[in-house]
Amino acid sequence: MDEPRFKHDISLVSNDNFRDARDLVDDSIGDSTARPILPFKPQLVELFGHFRDAGVAGFALAQIPAGGRVLWVQERMVALETGRPFGQAFARFRGDPDNLVLACSRNTTDLLWTMEEGLKNCSLSAIIGEIWGDPRVLDFTATKRLAMRAERRGVRVFLIRFQGHPDLSAARQRWNIHSLPSAPHPYDAKAPGAPRWNAELFRARTIRPSTWQAQYDRAAHRLDLVPAFPDGAMDPSQPAALRRWRGR
Amino acid sequence: MLAIEGRHGPVIHDANEAALRIGMKRGARIVDMRALVPSLRVEQASPANDAADLAMLADWSRRWCPWTQVDGIDGLLLDTTGSDHLHGSEQALLKEMQDAFRKLDLTPRLAIAPTIGAAWALARYGAEDTDSCTPGKLTAKLDPLPVAALRLERDTVQLLNRLGIKTIAELAGLPREALVRRFRKIEEKNANPVIRLDQAVGRQPELLIARQARPPLRVMRRLAEPLLDITGLTQILRDLCGDLKPVLERAHKGARGLAFTVYRVDGRTCSSEARTSRATRDPDHLASLFDGKLERIDPGFGIEAATLETVDGEELGAMQDGLTEQAEDELAFSQLIDRLVARLGMTSVLRPARRGSYLPERGEAWVPASEEDAPVAHAVDRSAATPLRLLERPEEAEVVHAVPDGPPALFRWRHQQHDVARSQGPERIAPEWWREKSTARLRDYYHIEDSQGRRFWLFREGLADDGRGSNPRWFVHGLDA
Repeated sequence: MDEPRFKHDISLVSNDNFRDARDLVDDSIGDSTARPILPFKPQLVELFGHFRDAGVAGFALAQIPAGGRVLWVQERMVALETGRPFGQAFARFRGDPDNLVLACSRNTTDLLWTMEEGLKNCSLSAIIGEIWGDPRVLDFTATKRLAMRAERRGVRVFLIRFQGHPDLSAARQRWNIHSLPSAPHPYDAKAPGAPRWNAELFRARTIRPSTWQAQYDRAAHRLDLVPAFPDGAMDPSQPAALRRWRGR
Repeated sequence: MLAIEGRHGPVIHDANEAALRIGMKRGARIVDMRALVPSLRVEQASPANDAADLAMLADWSRRWCPWTQVDGIDGLLLDTTGSDHLHGSEQALLKEMQDAFRKLDLTPRLAIAPTIGAAWALARYGAEDTDSCTPGKLTAKLDPLPVAALRLERDTVQLLNRLGIKTIAELAGLPREALVRRFRKIEEKNANPVIRLDQAVGRQPELLIARQARPPLRVMRRLAEPLLDITGLTQILRDLCGDLKPVLERAHKGARGLAFTVYRVDGRTCSSEARTSRATRDPDHLASLFDGKLERIDPGFGIEAATLETVDGEELGAMQDGLTEQAEDELAFSQLIDRLVARLGMTSVLRPARRGSYLPERGEAWVPASEEDAPVAHAVDRSAATPLRLLERPEEAEVVHAVPDGPPALFRWRHQQHDVARSQGPERIAPEWWREKSTARLRDYYHIEDSQGRRFWLFREGLADDGRGSNPRWFVHGLDA
């Protein structure tokens, strides 16, 4: 697969490390393919995943501004199959459980209405909608409405699709997410460590589709690429400038 | 005859005229009276219903004057000052009242007097059924009445009788200084004849406290022509919300619950309700709460009128636009909650609330976001230990494990096998003995990662040798990112 160079060294998300990444791009590399991938500008992102894998929700939560108000909309089927979110665990992704509102909708029509209603409101910082399968009402028009409103309002909207098929959609980015074996636990070799995800971007407007391996950095609240080598300084494929940057 | 439970069995609460005439007394025991008159018919009295009926009657008698009050358990007080001329004269007013009460099958004893005390005395102890008394004739009318007519309790009446004071004239004839000194320590009005006498003759003022009737906060629009098209209702609702705002403002109220009712030409009504999470009178917001609800209204042969009423309100002072954006944000957010609740229902818009329990399903509850919830003392923070998603109820899994009390080596959940690659645990949560049965088993929670990197939260219920059932079972309780 034709993968952009240096991508292992640039963080995926986002607002916090955007400047670092841009400096890096401008000063030392100058390669247009090596740029931050996840949206700085709030927009509609569609994430596909498996119902046995809660990693999709984690991938979305990792991109939500810390402490912001979040509206989480669930279809009935999703709540039955994969359970409700646990508010306290929301804090692990630097969210405030008091700022989380869960709306349970009976069907997809209600879910789309709720998401649009949320987009009329500027006090939210993100909306997560979870849909099961391929409902007929979730067509190009519906996603287009969400996409336009999300961009106008500046609200991050994540449409999580369980057991869905990538039909026609106006989402600005469409990802396939599945979990990877986690990072080594710092104190216990047998225990699972920080989560890692395989993120396949298969459709996007401004970026070349590709596959990345991402890891959530809780301290900085951002998604990082999993380095190919645990110690960047030892990686012979990296230029000296990058090695220095990672060493900081 | 009505009976009420007394200290030693049922006693007579009240009796009709025929019973009183043959010597039945209030407060006498039913068994004694039965011995005298075997043919007594006794029914159970219900003082609470009587009080409610009397209160209703007090409201009903507002037809004659604006101020009415329930007096004791068997009386009504009306302040007819300035209202009698509307009915002709005092006599005409009394006549009208008597007729109206008789139509209700009630036998009233009516009296009009310059003071509350005098009216009370004349109504209960006067010679005639209807009596009116002018200020000049007040003492003349009161003088022959017994002292009990001064609204005094039994002990005081008995005391006065023992002293030889039988009528009000005799009481009024006593030297006032002596009377005041005799009763100076008694503050209870019912036991102090000086106060009661002063009130009856008007030397001491007495107030009639009428219950304030609150008009419903309701606005109405009548339509020139019956409306057949349901789409026109949206405009009517918007107009009504605009009309309601000044009504609410004048009452310093905000709406918490609204009822929109349409009146059809065939005499039927249809109504639809909406609730808000905080008091508001913003017309646009109120109108938006009925989005999607108006379609359910059936116009039938046409709608001729519509009303909007606040069924539940709260005090709401004048509002100033906030200087900070924070307050506006809060307002916008609560309005969003309202709209979601209006469409999805109150139990579908939720927020997490921590509770005082280590069991995950009890440690956090999803409560309606539209309701205020007091924070629970001793709430347990388990943010580090819990998975991102919690299944509705734990689902049983078949587990193969290497050591009996250790983590699983592989498990089957929903007909699919997961090989365990890494695991962390156990985290032991003991059963809550103050809530559960003694056979409840402990839980050992494990964070588990399968060979593909999917993470689960499993627990083993009980230990092999805890004596609380057979082999321990395994459950999948959560999924983690």
